[in-house]
Amino acid sequence: MSTLLEVSGVSVTFDGYKAIRNLSFRIGEAEMRAIIGPNGAGKTTFMDIVTGKTRPDEGRVIWGEKSVNLLRMNEARIAQEGIGRKFQRPTVFEDQTVHANLLMSLRNPRGSFPCLFYRPNRRDQVRVEELAEEIGLSGELHRKSGELSHGQKQWLEIGMLLAQEPRLLLVDEPAAGMTLAEREHTTDLLKEAAKTRAVVVVEHDMEFVRRLECKVTVLHEGSVLAEGSLDHVTSNPQVIEVYLGR
Amino acid sequence: MTRRPFILRNPSILIFLALLAIFTAAVTLMSEAFGTAMISTSFVKTLGKTLCLCLVALAMDLVWGYCGILSLGHFAFFGLGGYMIGMWLMYARTEIIVTESLANAAIPPTDQEIVDAIGTQIFGVVGSSDFPPIWAFAHSLPLQLLMVVLVPGLLALVFGWLAFRSRVTGVYLSILTQAMTLALSLYLFQNESGLRGNNGLSGLQNLPGVAASQAVVSVWFLWASALALGLGYLLCAWVVSGKFGSVVRGIRDDEARVRFLGYSVEGYKLFIFTLTAIIAGIAGALYYPQAGIINPGEVAPIASIYLAVWVAIGGRGRLYGAVIGAALVSLISTWFTGGLVPSVPLGFYTIDWVDWWLVLLGLSFVLVTLFAPKGIGGLFDLVSGRFAPDRHGADYGPDKGSLQEEEGRG
Amino acid sequence: MFLRLIAAAALSLLAAGPGSAQDADAPIQQLLQQHSGIIQDSSRRTIQPAIDAIRDSGLPRAQLVLEKWAAREMWLDEETGLFVHAEEIDRDTLRIFDFATGEEIGEVPDDTYDQLKPNSGIRGLINSALVRFQLSDPDPANRLSALQSLERNGNESHLSVLRDSIDGEPDPAIRARKERIERLLTISFGATADERIAAMEAFRGDLGVDVRAKLNPILTTRTSAGAALPEGVNLARELTPGTDITESEAYELLVSEGLAPARLTPDAQRRTLQDNIVGGMVGGVAVPDLRSPAARDRAYAALVGAGRAEPAATNAEAARAIEDHVFYETYVETDAAVTGAAEDVLTSIEMTVAMNQFLDLSLDALSLASIYFLAAIGLAITFGVMGVINMAHGEFIMMGAYTGYVIQQIIPNYTVSILVAIPVAFAVTFGAGVAMERLVIRWLYSRPLETLLATFGISIALQQIAKNVFGTQARPLTSPGWLDGAWIMNDVVSISYIRIAIFVLALVFLAVFLFIMKKTRLGLETRAVTQNPRMAASMGINPDRVNMLTFGLGSGIAGIAGVAIGLYAKVTSELGSDYIVQSFMTVVVGGVGNIWGTLLGATMIGFLQKGIEWLNPSNTLAAQTYMIVFIIIFIQFRPRGIIALRGRAAGD
Repeated sequence: MSTLLEVSGVSVTFDGYKAIRNLSFRIGEAEMRAIIGPNGAGKTTFMDIVTGKTRPDEGRVIWGEKSVNLLRMNEARIAQEGIGRKFQRPTVFEDQTVHANLLMSLRNPRGSFPCLFYRPNRRDQVRVEELAEEIGLSGELHRKSGELSHGQKQWLEIGMLLAQEPRLLLVDEPAAGMTLAEREHTTDLLKEAAKTRAVVVVEHDMEFVRRLECKVTVLHEGSVLAEGSLDHVTSNPQVIEVYLGR
Repeated sequence: MTRRPFILRNPSILIFLALLAIFTAAVTLMSEAFGTAMISTSFVKTLGKTLCLCLVALAMDLVWGYCGILSLGHFAFFGLGGYMIGMWLMYARTEIIVTESLANAAIPPTDQEIVDAIGTQIFGVVGSSDFPPIWAFAHSLPLQLLMVVLVPGLLALVFGWLAFRSRVTGVYLSILTQAMTLALSLYLFQNESGLRGNNGLSGLQNLPGVAASQAVVSVWFLWASALALGLGYLLCAWVVSGKFGSVVRGIRDDEARVRFLGYSVEGYKLFIFTLTAIIAGIAGALYYPQAGIINPGEVAPIASIYLAVWVAIGGRGRLYGAVIGAALVSLISTWFTGGLVPSVPLGFYTIDWVDWWLVLLGLSFVLVTLFAPKGIGGLFDLVSGRFAPDRHGADYGPDKGSLQEEEGRG
Repeated sequence: MFLRLIAAAALSLLAAGPGSAQDADAPIQQLLQQHSGIIQDSSRRTIQPAIDAIRDSGLPRAQLVLEKWAAREMWLDEETGLFVHAEEIDRDTLRIFDFATGEEIGEVPDDTYDQLKPNSGIRGLINSALVRFQLSDPDPANRLSALQSLERNGNESHLSVLRDSIDGEPDPAIRARKERIERLLTISFGATADERIAAMEAFRGDLGVDVRAKLNPILTTRTSAGAALPEGVNLARELTPGTDITESEAYELLVSEGLAPARLTPDAQRRTLQDNIVGGMVGGVAVPDLRSPAARDRAYAALVGAGRAEPAATNAEAARAIEDHVFYETYVETDAAVTGAAEDVLTSIEMTVAMNQFLDLSLDALSLASIYFLAAIGLAITFGVMGVINMAHGEFIMMGAYTGYVIQQIIPNYTVSILVAIPVAFAVTFGAGVAMERLVIRWLYSRPLETLLATFGISIALQQIAKNVFGTQARPLTSPGWLDGAWIMNDVVSISYIRIAIFVLALVFLAVFLFIMKKTRLGLETRAVTQNPRMAASMGINPDRVNMLTFGLGSGIAGIAGVAIGLYAKVTSELGSDYIVQSFMTVVVGGVGNIWGTLLGATMIGFLQKGIEWLNPSNTLAAQTYMIVFIIIFIQFRPRGIIALRGRAAGD
């Protein structure tokens, strides 16, 4: 399995507090990975580094077959390289319709002039409708996304991520605040996505992680504590000590 | 899904253009030059100027209401446009006067003598007679018209590139634009700036080589201003419709999210900032020939803040709101400061509105911000039954300013 | 012969009138009689011997005579020819005194007395002669005033007098001053070049303006032109046309020295052509064709050919003339050793002056920085700590200044009124701030841009109210007498007490702010609310109360800053808006949420502005323009200010 993303020896300090210390992590193509860890373990900061929001003090982040250095790029370039990110709380453009949200996310030239003269063609319209179907929002296409329920917003955001056709999906606590039925739908969406691309899920909820049936990485105080199947890591005494034992 | 033409998808554009056309025709028919003379020439000029102010308010709405950049510098671009056209007007008019006065000389003047005489006429007030390099194109109308677009555009491009590149946002950006405006007006106040210091450029109401009376010229300018406003409205409406508009509004609501979608937020902001600066410059170039004089005081930061006030009162994030706000506030302001409003005797003190109008404006502005954040445009929602979606989470969107949630902040 | 006749006449009339009481044989009277003719002539050209004789006589009464003479109180008794000094009692009556004894002779009608009226030139000569007496006058005040007059217009003749008086000087301070003035005079009037050079060397590195005033004239130059560099003159430097001197200046110099004919100005050419219009033609060129410069040249050449115009130098001729001559500056002072030494000493002085100017400029910058700090600190609290941008902050400053003004109208004693004004200004603006927070700002906490606009609305309203109440003209806020004047370190470095007071006030504010934030309950609560309002609220802190007090505190400090700024600038309704942009800049440049950042920001902006003003001293407007441009560029490199919070807490 070839490596898609490789993070090695990364450290970040915020005002003297080491949020990430010497973190190394790699993920291959078409792989699902769950990251768990207690609060302050550095899960969100890790995502910030990969997506270019935070610059690490040291370390390397290498991407793709051509081994591109992601640290040299800004957020928009990284997103164009094929890394999509879903935030902890649903962040969709609430003032705009579901259709507009999805259309904006479709993989098309991102420059201001192509965008200004862009007219939706049949292929794009079809794609938007397919995506809406997939995330279960076909009936809501022309509603403002601010009117959707919390769970629907989460799906819309996942739909927007899929519309970008990224090679790596970073998903931050997708199941937070969802009903049981919504969680199942979310699990299906993510599993489906992981068939064709890499998906990294940060989650607190063990039940949700178990349902994802994937390899698990445990973060603690900014570095990797354990890695393996969920059963493997949950039986690790260190993990029990810092995370599960209390 | 078939796509109807752009205008048909936005009926408000058609309504606006129709109202503008009716207004222009009505003013023309009531003017001294082309109609019943029910409206004085100076009032025609006031109306023409108001149309220009509506145009710059439109630009302000685009940059603030749609893109979320509270620029306190767009009146500076407006003033720059005025200065650029003013340079040609002043040069060409002085050239005619000088040529006439030198025609009676025993020996016909050389070109250099004419230029020198124009220089003495224009720069006498600042104790100089040489043309500064920035007047290099003042002799030519086409070149100077190009300057109307280029100078505000380039300034906005350079400033915007610097500011957006370093990710200055929110109130920081507002303060930075205010500083830019202050720097520009301080620069223009100097005699060394080459634009006659605090004297400014004057006599701009006289079109060189045009024999028509001011009554006729004022109506011409009204037409030109109405045309510019109509075209500007169309342009702005086209820009904010479609995907570009989606992205721009997305930037307003959640800049970081747009960035993570792969859009270069800086490029979009720069585009909008520069485009609106150019629109503001054009509006200024139409405004100052009607006002007759421009001086650095017009460029002062306070003017740009008033512009924001108009747009806020009219209603941000909707183009007609900006137009309504600018027209209403500037006309009421003219009415109050013109001493036409009767004073209010309180017994111990008489409220003279010339003095107290600004207090009234300031306080009513606070009230609008507090109680009617949608501005006057919000009334149309009541009529059309359009309500903001019930947002369960945090408040987003134009009506709540630039609030961004904790997560995903730039 | 004439003198003797008068003396004889005087003797013969001795017995007559009150003059009879006078001692005509007293040595001083004798001396006056000897020079009576030229004294009565009263001509500047001939008077010198008389003055010299009196000065050098060594007589005890010589000083009195000179003083009375200069004061136009010396009269001539026409009958006896004797000199007396007199007071005019009324228009017709004099009280006369004898020079020899100083005793009153009596009151007489002035019919027979003639007042001597020395003109200003003669009075100058008399006064210089008097210097000798004054320099050794027993009263130190008189000696000092004599020295003062020497400093202003001492001349060659004073030098020896001054030197003679130094040894006998008892007062060490006056003695030092005498020695300094002696050296200064030696620079200009020393007998030998060595003496002058030695005097100059003694002043190496001296900051006194008087020294530079003596040295600079020695280095005065004259610009001249000639075929070759002259011999035997004290040459300052050779000038290269085009670099040291413009081509046209060089040519004008040649014209003024008669070495080249004047060039034809376009004006002169036009006038000549105009004078020679004959039947619509000038020199064979039709008048309408004279529109082009080439045709004008042709016509002019034709006129020259016909002898009706002066030939004028063409550009090529002018260029050749410039090439053929040398241009140089010569010193007016002929001795090269003297000018060399003067230049050398002046350079060393200028080095010292530059260093001191730098110090002076730094002090200026420091005081400007403290003003910005005062203006910005309140803003830093509301903007930095609470994230609220208060456009009306400038109006709070103005409100504080007007409070000071009103208090001064009630309490006339300036010291007391300022001491009262500071707490009252704090109270007034604290109240205004709390009211504004309660009524407006707390509804807008989540909408920063709207806070900006709403507070702007308040700002225009407050400004206009101030204009309506106090009028548009500037109101004075007078500082107490003990703040007048300046602390003068030397001729270059000085700083006014009021600026020192503002600096001290800024330090006090810094200390008070740090104390409140670090040591008090309010500070603790404020920091807690800043970092996490929800958590703070759940721990029993009332965020509403904290926000209200913090905002009040920021506004109150603005009020006190207003009193301080009012002392230094004029109080107008626009006082606040003059400082608001700079205050924002200070906060933004320094970094939000940190008092040290504000301090650094104010320091940077203060020093920057003074530095730019120093580079471009004529234009403070330009200095401000460049400063703002610099700040915009600075923000590029440190978008979050000098002291930036990093990490997730900063929303970064």
